[in-house]
Amino acid sequence: MKVLVPIKRVIDYNVKVRVKADQTDVDLANVKMAMNPFCEIAVEEAIRLKEAGHASEVVVVSIGPNTCQEQLRTGLALGADRAIHIISDEMPDALNAAKILQKIVEKEAPQLVILGKQSIDSDNNQTGQMLAALCGYPQGTFASKLVLEGDKAQVTREVDGGLQTLSLSLPAVVTTDLRLNEPRYATLPNIMKAKKKPLEALELGSLGVDIKASGLKQLKVTPPASREAGIKVSSVDELLEKLKNEAKVI
Amino acid sequence: MAILIIAEHHHQHLGAETAKVVDAAQQIGGDIHVLVAGSNCQGAATEAAKLANVQKVLVADDTAYQAQLAENIAALVVELGRDYSHILTAATTSGKNFMPRVAAMLDVNQISDIISVESVDTYTRPIYAGNAIATVQTTDPIQVITVRSSAFEAVSQGDEVPIESIALVKDLGLSSFVGEELTKSERPELTAARVVISGGRGMQNAENFKLLEGIADRLNAAIGASRAAVDAGFVPNDMQVGQTGKIVAPDLYIAVGISGAIQHLAGMKDAKVIVAINKDEDAPIFQVADYGLVADLFSVLPELEQKL
Ligand SMILES: Cc1cc2nc3c(=O)[nH]c(=O)nc-3n(C[C@H](O)[C@H](O)[C@H](O)COP(=O)(O)OP(=O)(O)OC[C@H]3O[C@@H](n4cnc5c(N)ncnc54)[C@H](O)[C@@H]3O)c2cc1C
Ligand SMILES: Nc1ncnc2c1ncn2[C@@H]1O[C@H](COP(=O)(O)O)[C@@H](O)[C@H]1O
Repeated sequence: MKVLVPIKRVIDYNVKVRVKADQTDVDLANVKMAMNPFCEIAVEEAIRLKEAGHASEVVVVSIGPNTCQEQLRTGLALGADRAIHIISDEMPDALNAAKILQKIVEKEAPQLVILGKQSIDSDNNQTGQMLAALCGYPQGTFASKLVLEGDKAQVTREVDGGLQTLSLSLPAVVTTDLRLNEPRYATLPNIMKAKKKPLEALELGSLGVDIKASGLKQLKVTPPASREAGIKVSSVDELLEKLKNEAKVI
Repeated sequence: MAILIIAEHHHQHLGAETAKVVDAAQQIGGDIHVLVAGSNCQGAATEAAKLANVQKVLVADDTAYQAQLAENIAALVVELGRDYSHILTAATTSGKNFMPRVAAMLDVNQISDIISVESVDTYTRPIYAGNAIATVQTTDPIQVITVRSSAFEAVSQGDEVPIESIALVKDLGLSSFVGEELTKSERPELTAARVVISGGRGMQNAENFKLLEGIADRLNAAIGASRAAVDAGFVPNDMQVGQTGKIVAPDLYIAVGISGAIQHLAGMKDAKVIVAINKDEDAPIFQVADYGLVADLFSVLPELEQKL
C-alpha cells in the first residue's frame, strides 16, 4: 500500500520569532527554516511502515514556494520514495491546504495519509481533520501508536484524560503526536541519493482545485504580554515568605 | 444571530471548560444554545441547562456518540450548525479532533484556540508557540471557533433552561472504539487547578515524581510535567504542559527541574505567579519566573514539603 505524507516548511523550532515593528506579521527574514517537527514524525512512521513490509511506497508532498523543495529533499533523504511539490507563492490556509491535498489523494489513492497534528508556526491543528472530512475518511488524530491489521488501522491517541484506541477502516488519515516515534537523522549517503529521487513540481492551477480567498484576515500581529524576570530567592524559607506575604498565593 | 456551543463533557457530567466557552460566546453576543452529544448524557445536559446566559440545551443521546468519534460528532454538528452564526467548542483534545471536520464540511476555516473576543467577527489567538498574538477577522458565513478555556472565566449558574432532545443519530461506521487507558487521579484537573507543580527531566525518574506529591497535597495542586519528563516515561502523556500539551493559567505554577524551552513556556506563562526551582542559574525558566530558587531539587523538595 501507498502512504502519503504531507509536510510543511516552517520556522525551526529552536528559533524564537520576533514580531515586525509594523505589526503586520512575524519577521521571517534570514530565519532558519525546517520541516515541521510533527511532519518529521509522520515521515518516520511512514518509513517504518515500509521497512516493516506494510507500505510499498512513501510519497511526500508539500504546498508552498520553491523553498519547500528543501524539506521534500529531506523527506527523500529520510527514506521517502518520491516527492510532489505543489507550487504556491503563498502558504495556503488550512482549508485550502486540505482541498489541495484532497486532489493529491484522489490522484495517488494512498491507503494511509499521515500528517503532523499541528504546524508549529500557525499552531492550527486542523489540516489533517479537514482532509479526512473532505475525503470522507476516518481519522486518528494525535497518534502515539499505529498498528496496521488487514484493512484496518489501529490508532492509539493522546487525549486529555490519557490514551484512547480506535480502529479505523482504510483508507484513513492519521495525525502524529510527539510520542509516536523518534525520527532518525538523514545520513550523508542518503542525502546524496535523495538528489536523484523523483521530485515532481505541479502548478496549483493544474490540479483543478477551487481555491477560494481565505475567509480569515490577519489584521495584526503583536508581541505577547511580556513577563519580567522576578527575583532570585536564596532559601526555601524566603520563597515561602514571599509566596505568603508578597504574592499571597499560598 | 445565535451561537451553538458543543459541550465538553463526560456524559454524566459537564466538563469545566464549557462554562468558559459560554463566557466567550456571551462576549460575542446573541442567543446561546449548548449541544450535548453523548450517551446517557442527561447529567451533563442538566448541568449545561444551569449555566448563566444559555437559552437552550440540545441533547443528542445515543451510543453512536459514546466515544466522541470525530466522524459522528462532526456529522451531527454540521447538520445542526447550519442555522447558527457561530459554532464554538473548547480547544480540548476532543474539540480539536472533531471541530476542523465541521469547518471543512461547512467550507470554512476554523479559528483555533482564541484567547479573546474583540468583536462579533474578530478574535485574538496565539501563534508560534505564543511568541506572537494574531488578531484575525473572519468573513465566513458560519464562524467555527475553538476556545482556549484558560483565557476565559467560567460563567456562573443561572436559571435552569429547557432541554430539547434531538433525535439525530449519525453513525458513519468509519471508525470504532477499541479501548482507553484513562489516568485516574484524586487531584484537581491540570487545566482547572489553582496551583500547578510540574516536574521536568531534572526529576530523573518516575519514582522521584513522588517528591512532588506531598507538596501537591498540601497546596491542593495538580501535577504537570515537561515533554522531556513524559517522553522519558516518568509520567503519562496527559500531564504534559506546553505548546502541544495542556495550557494552564493557575494562580501559582511551580516548575521543578524544567529548563524553560519556548514550547514549555507556551503552556504556562500566563500563570499569575511562577516559581522556578533549578540548579542551573542560567536556565531560561528564570527569565519568566517571579521567584527563582537556584538549588538542587532533591534537597529543596523535602524541605518545602516539610515547611508547608
Ligand atoms: C514540536 C515540539 C513540541 C514540543 N512541545 C512541548 C510541550 O508541549 N511541552 C514541553 O514541556 N516541551 C515541549 N517540547 C520540548 C521542549 O523543546 C523541551 O525539549 C522540553 O520542554 C525540555 O524539558 P525539560 O525542561 O524537562 O528538560 P531539559 O531541557 O533537559 O531541562 C532539565 C532541567 O532540569 C535542571 N535540573 C537537572 N537536575 C536538577 C536538580 N537535581 N535540581 C534542580 N534542577 C535540576 C537542569 O538544570 C535543566 O534546566 C516540544 C518540542 C518540539 C520540537
Ligand atoms: N502547506 C502545506 N503543505 C503540506 N502539508 C501541510 C501544509 N500545511 C499543513 N500541512 C500538513 O498539515 C499538518 C497540520 O497543519 P496545521 O493544520 O496547519 O496545524 C502539518 O503537520 C502537515 O502535515
